Amino acid sequence: MAALTPIYRTPVTFYVPVVAAAGALAGLFVGTAQGSGLLGIVAGAALMAALALAVTRVIESEKATRWGMAALFVAGGWLIGGAPGLILGAGFGWFFGWFTFWLYEGRYRAKLPTYLTPGQVLWHFTFRVICGAILVFLITPILVVMPLSFNAENFFTFTPEMLRLDPAGYSLKHYRDFFTNDDWQQALRNSVMIAPVATLLSVSFGTLAAIGLSAEHVPFRRPIMAILISPMIVPLIISAAGMYFFYSRIGLQGTYFGVVLAHAALGIPFVIITVTATLVGFDRSLTRAAANMGADPVTTFFRVQMPLILPGVISGGLFAFITSFDEVVVVLFVGSAGQKTLPWQMFTGLREQISPTILAVATILVGISICLLTVVEMLRRRSERLRGMSPG
Amino acid sequence: MSDLKSTGPQTADAPTPEDALHEAAAYAAREQVHAPGGPADGPVLAADGTPLKRSLNRALRRQKMRALALIAPLLIFVLLTFIAPIADMLFRSVENQIVSETLPETVVALADWDSEAGAPPAEPVFAALYVDLFFAEAQKLHTRLGTRLNYEKTGVSSLFRKTGRRVGRFDTDTYTDQITALDPGWAEPATWVAMMQNNGNRAALPLTARAWDRWTAYLASEGDDPAKEDIEDVLFTTLYLDLVATGGSGAADARIAQAAAAVGGFETVTLSEQFAAADKDWLDPEVWGTIKAFAPNYTAGYFLNSVDMQKTPHGIEARPENQQIYMMLFKRTIFMSIMITLSCILLGYPVAWILANLPTRTANLLMILVLLPFWTSLLVRTSAWKVMLQQQGVINDTLVWLGIVADDSRLVMINNQFGTIVAMTHILLPFMILPLYSVMQTIQPTYLRAAKSLGATNWTAFWRVYFPQSVPGIGAGSILVFILSIGYYITPEIVGGTTGTFISNRIAYHISSSLNWGLAAALGSILLAVVMLLYWVYDKIVGIDNVKLG
Repeated sequence: MAALTPIYRTPVTFYVPVVAAAGALAGLFVGTAQGSGLLGIVAGAALMAALALAVTRVIESEKATRWGMAALFVAGGWLIGGAPGLILGAGFGWFFGWFTFWLYEGRYRAKLPTYLTPGQVLWHFTFRVICGAILVFLITPILVVMPLSFNAENFFTFTPEMLRLDPAGYSLKHYRDFFTNDDWQQALRNSVMIAPVATLLSVSFGTLAAIGLSAEHVPFRRPIMAILISPMIVPLIISAAGMYFFYSRIGLQGTYFGVVLAHAALGIPFVIITVTATLVGFDRSLTRAAANMGADPVTTFFRVQMPLILPGVISGGLFAFITSFDEVVVVLFVGSAGQKTLPWQMFTGLREQISPTILAVATILVGISICLLTVVEMLRRRSERLRGMSPG
Repeated sequence: MSDLKSTGPQTADAPTPEDALHEAAAYAAREQVHAPGGPADGPVLAADGTPLKRSLNRALRRQKMRALALIAPLLIFVLLTFIAPIADMLFRSVENQIVSETLPETVVALADWDSEAGAPPAEPVFAALYVDLFFAEAQKLHTRLGTRLNYEKTGVSSLFRKTGRRVGRFDTDTYTDQITALDPGWAEPATWVAMMQNNGNRAALPLTARAWDRWTAYLASEGDDPAKEDIEDVLFTTLYLDLVATGGSGAADARIAQAAAAVGGFETVTLSEQFAAADKDWLDPEVWGTIKAFAPNYTAGYFLNSVDMQKTPHGIEARPENQQIYMMLFKRTIFMSIMITLSCILLGYPVAWILANLPTRTANLLMILVLLPFWTSLLVRTSAWKVMLQQQGVINDTLVWLGIVADDSRLVMINNQFGTIVAMTHILLPFMILPLYSVMQTIQPTYLRAAKSLGATNWTAFWRVYFPQSVPGIGAGSILVFILSIGYYITPEIVGGTTGTFISNRIAYHISSSLNWGLAAALGSILLAVVMLLYWVYDKIVGIDNVKLG
């Protein structure tokens, strides 16, 4: 239906006021920052209305307008706010250049059904702006952490130097601190020692069990499944409390082994879920064919079944790894000072001695999780392709 | 038999013995109908001569066993590392052996005492307490017991500690002096060792025999020899009490008969006065009532505490107003979890809708924005919110820069309920969006168009056609978010301050700071019960098999 809606130029009475309103909104921000909101609104509206009229009547070329507006606003931003104003100005200019012509040429209706009333069109775009705002809400905290981790001061907020984009306001000192501070390095070592072993445990046990669970006739399938999934459902604080009580009874509390066992238990549901999901699409006649050709069950498993379900196993393993790597509640109770992991160190850092090194660690962790997310997504696609569930 | 698929010996990988079983049954029935008395009249046989039915049954059983054998290692692992701890926690929430283990004699002696009479118990109870407290003090157990009973009645802890210091200096050495004066042999540990090996003596001196056993057990645990350690006053006291009570009849030892004849003229010590001198609270019937109320091995006391009630000598009562916090915490936890769930619905619904209705390529791109926070460490996100929300934080700075908020009246957005709700909504939002998205993907867009073409307004079409179809997604997401938020610990701990904390923070406090593990276990059990109930509902609505990740 996209191309069916005819587009035509809108009248001056429509696009000029809309652009002026947007200008007023932008002016409000600039104005309040400079001291007078009202003046900002009026000036913004007037300026944008005049510009909109000018570019549509005089220049009439969108490309030229965009560059022109961007240049104009860059100059204006530089005069008002220095370097950050320059960048903001470039963004504003580019946006308004595009926005004016988008409205003027009626392109905003191109992808909408012809029959929509203006009110519905307005709602359509308002809705998108709302969704955009929610997505911004989702992503902003993570984006804010990254630049702050390069802060040259020991503050948790942007310093004036940072806002001026002054290189002196930025430094790698928090990263340096992370890589040289013994506490952080010990925590990193502990995390790296605990997570892979826990992952290995949950993946090896979990994969076997998932294969057993996906057989056709499994007695007590539901209760078994409920027990195996329960570490994911039970609130962490309760798992932590129970493990603390029980492990101190049997002498595992405060030991490396105890933490590994606890983390392995927490990672198991993720392995079970991902591997069983992969096994749903597994063609059983392949194992039968292998057996038919004389392969014993072990050979069949490693040469036929395993390569096919490997993507699921690996992504289950990654889930288990990230669970252990991120976990703080259980290790807080089951571990002792000798098992202090990275999240534990961050937790104490956030509660007690606040240091922006946490933000540097956070940025590194975000980097790691982006890598893992990419790997899981690629594995999922590969697995779907292998099983012929999606084309390509 | 040619149309039977599996007539040969069953391999381990036989596909579906059950199907074959049905097939065989159908085949046999058909044979019987068509060819009565024919060659296939008997049971259908497998190639090795066993009846096919049995052969197939065996294969089916083997398949089941194989599946179970594959599951067993993990099942045992989870049972040991996870289910056992949970069971241990449930057990601890009612376990109360400390009173009867530390004060065994007192608990028995107190059984006949009426806590409603308003008077402290009689002398024998104090004598029993003297014996118990002596051994408890020797093993340093009395302070633990005092701490335990202090949860129920304040002041008991210091009472036990104070009396524990005094119990060794009671005037009971009067008995020691008088008995050893009768026969110096009494002062020899060897005399006692020999005497206590005789069953007749033990039967004549029951309290002494029990005290002696505890004495030898204590010495053994210390690595000492009972035959070499000096006899303590407490044993002479029990000896005196036994001799008065039984007269030493049946004792094999002449020394006992001699002492029994003499005890009538002994100078006595009133133990209740000794205790009262140590601390006059021992004459308070409330203290004794508390000991009696918590004497059983299992108690509902911790559960009563966690709903702001308490078990008193006079039955179950509400706690004093100023000590009632748990109901408030439970209510707050539930209220805040509901708020978080509602805000997740409010924010998640539009995003899920737009993800489900955009072209796949764009939707996948936007999906990254949802999945990235989902994959990011919880602590990273919590620290991000701490950075954003604090008074010198990013949001306040921006507001001040824009002139919306004055510099000296920065908003307080952290260390309160608002901070917790915002941060946890952000953290749990992906858990709402993902189930909603997967449900909305299955809703046909043609339904909406059909409704509109039938004259429905946008709103009616959404509310009457689209929304009801998306309700399962809302239900799944809401229960998931609610279950997750009700047990959250880290985020409320960091951004919650005092007014934004959950019941889980209180559990952690009782485990690591106040060391009231029983109460922590009881609070945890209640929380677990709520979560299990919700989990059951979730299973009914969505099914645990349908949990998807990413």
